Amino acid sequence: MKFLRSFLDKHRPAFEKGGRLQSLHSLFAGIEAFLYVPDRVTRSGCAIRDAVDLKRTMSVVVVALLPALLFGMYNVGYQHHLATGGGGDFWSMFLHGFARVLPLIIVSYAVGLGIEFAAAQLRGHEINEGFLVTGLLIPMVMPVTAPLWMVGLSTAFAVIIGKEIFGGTGMNIWNPALLARAFFFFSYPSRMSGDKVWVDGLPDGMSVATPLAEASQGEAFAHDLGTMFWGLVPGSVGETSAFCILLGAALLLVTGVGSWKIMTAVAIGGAGMALLLQQALPETNPYSQVTVARHLLSGGFAFGAIFMATDPVTAAQTSAGKWVYGLLVGVMAILIRALNPGYPEGMMLAILLMNTFAPLIDWCVVQQNIRRRMKRGVSHVNRQPT
Amino acid sequence: MPTKIKLKRGFDIRLQGEADPNKVTRATSDLYAVKPTDFRALAPKLEVKAGDRVRAGDPLFSDKYRPEVKFTSPVSGIVEEVRRGEKRRVMAVVVRADEQIAYKPFDAPSLDRLTKEGLIALLLESGLWPLIKQRPYDIVADPGARPKGIFATAFDSAPLAPDYRLLLKDDARALEAGLEALGKLAPLHVNAREDQASVLPARLPAGARVHFFEGPHPAGNAGVQIHHLAPLGKGETAWTISLPDAALVGRLLLEGRVDARKRVAITGPEVTGPGYAETIAGARVGCLAEGGEGRRMISGNALTGDRVEEDDFLGFYHRQVTVIAEGNRPEFLGWALPGFGKLSMSRTFPAFLFPRRRYRADTNLRGEERAFVVSGQYEKVLPMDVLPVYLLKAILAGNVEKMEQLGIYEVAPEDLALCEFACTSKVPVQEIVARGIALMMKELS
Repeated sequence: MKFLRSFLDKHRPAFEKGGRLQSLHSLFAGIEAFLYVPDRVTRSGCAIRDAVDLKRTMSVVVVALLPALLFGMYNVGYQHHLATGGGGDFWSMFLHGFARVLPLIIVSYAVGLGIEFAAAQLRGHEINEGFLVTGLLIPMVMPVTAPLWMVGLSTAFAVIIGKEIFGGTGMNIWNPALLARAFFFFSYPSRMSGDKVWVDGLPDGMSVATPLAEASQGEAFAHDLGTMFWGLVPGSVGETSAFCILLGAALLLVTGVGSWKIMTAVAIGGAGMALLLQQALPETNPYSQVTVARHLLSGGFAFGAIFMATDPVTAAQTSAGKWVYGLLVGVMAILIRALNPGYPEGMMLAILLMNTFAPLIDWCVVQQNIRRRMKRGVSHVNRQPT
Repeated sequence: MPTKIKLKRGFDIRLQGEADPNKVTRATSDLYAVKPTDFRALAPKLEVKAGDRVRAGDPLFSDKYRPEVKFTSPVSGIVEEVRRGEKRRVMAVVVRADEQIAYKPFDAPSLDRLTKEGLIALLLESGLWPLIKQRPYDIVADPGARPKGIFATAFDSAPLAPDYRLLLKDDARALEAGLEALGKLAPLHVNAREDQASVLPARLPAGARVHFFEGPHPAGNAGVQIHHLAPLGKGETAWTISLPDAALVGRLLLEGRVDARKRVAITGPEVTGPGYAETIAGARVGCLAEGGEGRRMISGNALTGDRVEEDDFLGFYHRQVTVIAEGNRPEFLGWALPGFGKLSMSRTFPAFLFPRRRYRADTNLRGEERAFVVSGQYEKVLPMDVLPVYLLKAILAGNVEKMEQLGIYEVAPEDLALCEFACTSKVPVQEIVARGIALMMKELS
């Protein structure tokens, strides 16, 4: 590794102020910080620091996404073979899916990181790690047939309008990956809500419905709960397998990177609302037939609950606020699904909606803290442990 | 009956280099100093110049705005220099010590004749008054205030902190006298740990109350303790002092002189044979421990202490020197590798699987500063009903009203030191809190 170090040290002057490649300074600094934890030492305050940083945290999320991503690639191939009637072994299916999904990932990272680097250079900031996760989330919530230029445009919209104009990572109001999906959804609706878009290489005249579409149209369910749990159903690239998503969830929970409060609250809110609708809707409404388990396993509910709703920047940040926020995400997701004739999926809009209200929820929690602190007695020795 | 308060939130950082209680050496220094920078928001007015002769207990400087608050020499000798920093700010008043210390005599009445006013006057005159700090703001107490209590901390929970039982081993009488006297200033609360209760003197003054605190750092911080015993509202004051400093007050009363001998824990992974040193307040750090290239010397503990060099001096409130390695080396893919042996509270590193392990931490920042991203992290290490991130944001925004509502009166930078340690985004938390306190003092003066 000496070679790498001396290579970086040798070329650093060119990227520094007044250097030949000064305009690429943020790129150089970003790559260097990626390869090496910087030699920076503490100046004031604590002399020692916890080894954790944002790169570590973000890379845990990336690893947590891998099972769902790899399965998604396999599923793309599997659905393709199923629809076209062709056979194939595991590897041919996986490689087919890999070849279809990889371009989406490359486009998402290239566009997003390009904008991030440019913004960092423009502002004289360091490059933030946020896009490491966003860049992988975007292809995972897209239909595999999404044209690459649309993916690129959606990514650019999400990064510029969703993040950079607010000040970059940590300042954004909405989850950037979901914003990309929302942009795509509303700009090119036929590419997202149509039946044919979910399976790659579908021959003319054939259509494959996602479990959600079946539910909304009151069709007979073609997929049993087991298939839906393992994930061999049509859908966005990364969202179909509840099992793989739960693997990721386990990693997020063990490492403490994802908030267990939000995940639990979303599940409770969703299940509660599904149960309520089952009872309250007239029997003519197809959603009165959808069980709690089917709701939680279909569409982007699981993926959203684990990877999207828990985004620490756009979720509520206070402890009590996380519960309220999570419950409302779950409730809204099912509510939008069932009571909205326009489109079958509700998770994306529910999370974006609650992202918008998260600061308000936190504000209420903070006000409550202030009131409680004002009311404290003069002396209370026997208090509950904190 | 002592009350018991159990705190769950917090974290004990386990570093290598704990002071060996059986190793007590004598460390005499050539130079001693009192540093105005040890006192938050102090504007010093010099009382001596280089070349002056002083006795132990003669004032070196005083508070420009409260001239009755004096800061006195811990030893006798000749003022060597007035060390100045940027913009001619006084950094230290340095005294070259005599072989034999000559003490300025103080007229200390016996304890039963001692009044509150008499005690305050004596402490101010002798330069021991600054040992008492006040909340809000964590500054030298205002002698004219009417505090709701004086809170004596009987243990230190910081990383590698000295064991007060050892610091006070030969000082039982002085401690008893000191607490007796302090009890005259305000209702006395002694905050101890149950398993270190032997540090308490056999006899406590009438009306004094003992509280047992249990839990990880920062359970030993006065701010945390006051928060649980008698939370401060606007306009209220509480005074704080550490138990070893209370013993210094006791010595003054018993001996009629400023006897500033101190036991100091010499700790840290870079110290060969960590132990305790018998010295005098303000000793030159180089006489206590070895620094040099590649080492960071800290007066105090690794979380809140001050960065010093060998020719700097022990802090006024410090009874600990920590030496750790400088971490000024880049680490290849340091964030990506599994990271066995790395100190972290985060379970993204395997450290949580080895709770007994001791770490050889260094001063590397372990990343770059970022915006607040991860939530819920600070709350885990702050056992107070305070929303730390909102308080910090109020400070950054300069919103005085919000700072007041969110608890600026209750916190000192040291109370949030663990937040800074644990922060994923490497936010300089203590610096921000200090800035907030400075802003409040300016706004309300």
